[in-house]
Amino acid sequence: MLKIENLQARIEEKEILKGINLDIKPGEVHAIMGPNGSGKSTLASVLAGREAYEVTGGSADFLGKDLLEMAPEDRAKEGLFLAFQYPVEIPGVSTTNFIKTAVNEKRKYQGLEPLDAAQFLKTMKEKMQLVQINQSLLSRSLNEGFSGGEKKRNEIFQMAMLEPKLAILDETDSGLDIDALRIVANGVNQLRSKDNAFLVVTHYQRLLDYIVPDFVHVLYNGKIVRSGTKELALELEEKGYDFIKAELEAATV
Amino acid sequence: MENNMLNSAFQTIQAEAGHLSSFQQQNWSSFDQWGLPALKHEEWKYTRIRTVFRDDMQVVAEGTGLTPAIIQQHFLPGELSKNAIVFVNGMYQPSLSRVSAPSTELVVKALSAAAGDEDAAFVKQHLGHSQQYHRDGINALNGAFAAGGVFIRAKKGKQVQDPVVIYHFSDAQSGFRFSQPRILVHAEAASEMQVLETYIKIGNEESLTNEVIELCAETDAHVHYVKLQNEGTRSNHTGTTHIRQLGRCNTHAVTITLSGNVVRNNLNMIMEAANSESHMYGLYLLNGKTLADNHTIVDNQMPNCLSNELYKGIVDDQSTGVFNGKIFVRQDAQKTNAYQSNKNILIGEQASANTKPQLEIFADDVKCSHGCTVGKLDENALFYLKARGIPDDKAKALLLHAFAVDILDQIKNESIRAYADQLISARLSYSE
Repeated sequence: MLKIENLQARIEEKEILKGINLDIKPGEVHAIMGPNGSGKSTLASVLAGREAYEVTGGSADFLGKDLLEMAPEDRAKEGLFLAFQYPVEIPGVSTTNFIKTAVNEKRKYQGLEPLDAAQFLKTMKEKMQLVQINQSLLSRSLNEGFSGGEKKRNEIFQMAMLEPKLAILDETDSGLDIDALRIVANGVNQLRSKDNAFLVVTHYQRLLDYIVPDFVHVLYNGKIVRSGTKELALELEEKGYDFIKAELEAATV
Repeated sequence: MENNMLNSAFQTIQAEAGHLSSFQQQNWSSFDQWGLPALKHEEWKYTRIRTVFRDDMQVVAEGTGLTPAIIQQHFLPGELSKNAIVFVNGMYQPSLSRVSAPSTELVVKALSAAAGDEDAAFVKQHLGHSQQYHRDGINALNGAFAAGGVFIRAKKGKQVQDPVVIYHFSDAQSGFRFSQPRILVHAEAASEMQVLETYIKIGNEESLTNEVIELCAETDAHVHYVKLQNEGTRSNHTGTTHIRQLGRCNTHAVTITLSGNVVRNNLNMIMEAANSESHMYGLYLLNGKTLADNHTIVDNQMPNCLSNELYKGIVDDQSTGVFNGKIFVRQDAQKTNAYQSNKNILIGEQASANTKPQLEIFADDVKCSHGCTVGKLDENALFYLKARGIPDDKAKALLLHAFAVDILDQIKNESIRAYADQLISARLSYSE
C-alpha cells in the first residue's frame, strides 16, 4: 500500500529524515516509536504533504502513485489520512460543514454523487457512536474551545467519516487520559479491516496496549534503527530509549 | 474645484430651500472657506480625496428620470422593501419611496418640511452637529444641499418592525454623477429601529456620493444601523454616519464595504449620556484597486459607558484598506470601558493595510484596549483543511468566510444578514 524508500527531508536547513525505509501492506498496523526529536512527527507531516518540509531524496509510493508529487488535498482524496497531533482550532467554520465538505470533495474525486443532507446525517450518526462524540460538539466551530480529548476524538471521528485506506495517527495518545485513550483506541480498532492500514506514531507504549500493532519500528536520529513485533514496544517501555542509543553507539565505536 | 454645474445647482436648491436656506448658505460659505482636504491633512493622509471631486461632475438639484420600474427592480426582497426610502442623485424622492409602517410608529418626510413644521426646533438643534467633528469642505458641501434630504423618526416607545432601508440611486448613464444625500434620524425614547443604507449606480459612468447621515437616539432607544457598499469599481464615496446618544441608550453600527474606487467612511459615536453602550463593527473585502478608508470616532463624555469596536479587512490585489480609530475619553467619563480591534488579512502581493489607533484619554479611571493585526491566512489552518481533501481555493474561501462571519453575525436583522452573507459568499466563491 505504502512503500517508502530512503526518504530524506529537511525543514529549513535542518536535516531531519535521513533515509527512511518502510513497507506497509493492507490490513497491517505499524507503530513508529522513538525519543523526542527523532523525526516521528516529521515523517507524518511529510507523508501528509505539509509544505514547510522539503523532501530532499527518496521515494514514497502510495497505491501505485508517487505520493510525494501529490498536493496534500489529493493525497487525502486518494485515501491518506493524518490524525493531527495538534488539531487546529478554526473559529467560524462549523465542524459539521467542514466534514460534509471534506466527504463530498472525496466523493467527487471518486466520481460519486455528493451525499444529500439526510444521507450525510445518517452516516454521521453511525460514526458518532464509534468515538462517543455528541451532536452539540459537532455544531460548534471546528475544534474551537474543545478539550484535548475532544479534539482527538474529533480527529478519529473525521477518520471514520472519510474511511481512509491508510491512516497516520500522529501522537494521538498525547494529552489523553486513560478513558479518552480507550475511547479513541476502540474507535480505531473498529475501523481496522483487511483492506486498510494504520501507521501509529507514538512516544509511549501505552497506546499500543489498546491498538495492537503488527510491526514496531524505532526511529532515532532520522532513521529506523530497529524493527520488530509488538514485543519490541514492551522492551522499549521497560528499558527506555537509552538502551537503543547505547547499542547504536557501541556499534559505531 | 471649478464646477459651474455645482454652482448653479446650489443656486437652484437654495432658491427653494425655505427654512433651510440659512443653513445651506452657511455651509456653502464654509465649503468655500475650508475647501477640500489635501493629503497633508492628517485625517486624509491615505486618501487622495481631491481627485474624486472632479470639475466635470454632473450635479443636479432634483432627481432625474429613473422610472419607478427601474427603482423597484433594485428593491431587496421581503421586509427590506416595506419601508423603502429612495434617493436619486442625492435627492429624496417621496413618490418613489414607500413606507408601510404606520405613522404612529414611523415618520418620514422631506427635511425641508421638517425644518418648517413642529419639528423645526429639533432640526435646528441637531442638523449639522457632525460638523463639530468634521470641519472640512466635504461635510460643508453636503450641508449646502441639505434641502434635498429626508427626516426620519421612530416614535416614542414604538418598535419599527421592518427595517428602514435607504436606497441611494446614482444615475451615471451620461456622465460622472455627483450625489449628496442628507439624512436626519430621530429615535425617540424607548423606540427601536433598524436602518440599512445601500447604494446602487445605474449606468456605466463614474459616480461620487457625498453623504451625511445624523442619527439621534434618546433614552432607552435601540438603533441598529447597517451600511452596505457594493456599488462597483467606478463608484466613489465619502460618507459620515454621525450617531448621537442623547440619553442612556444602545446604538450599534455595522459598515460593510465590498467594492468601490475610493471609499471613505466616517463613523462617529457621540456618547453623551452615562451608562450607555455602543458597538461598531466593520468589514472591508477589497480587490482590484479599491481604496477603503474607515475613520471612526468614539467620544465618551459621561461615566460608565461601554464602547466596543471591531473592524476586519480582507485586502486583495492592489487594494488598500485604511483604519483609523479615534477614542476620546473626556474628563467626566470615569469608568469608561472602550475596546477597539482591527484585523487584516493581506492576500495580494501589492495589497496594503494601514491601521492606526488614536486614544485621547482625559479621565483617570478607565479601561481602554486596542489592538491591530496585519497578516496572512493561517498556514496551519489551511493545511488542516487541505489534509482532509479540501482543495486549496475552497479551503481559502472557507477560512476567509470564517474570518468575515464574525462581523456578519453582528447584523441583528436576519434578512439583512442573509443578503450581506450572500454578497460576501459570492465574492469569496464560498458555498456550504
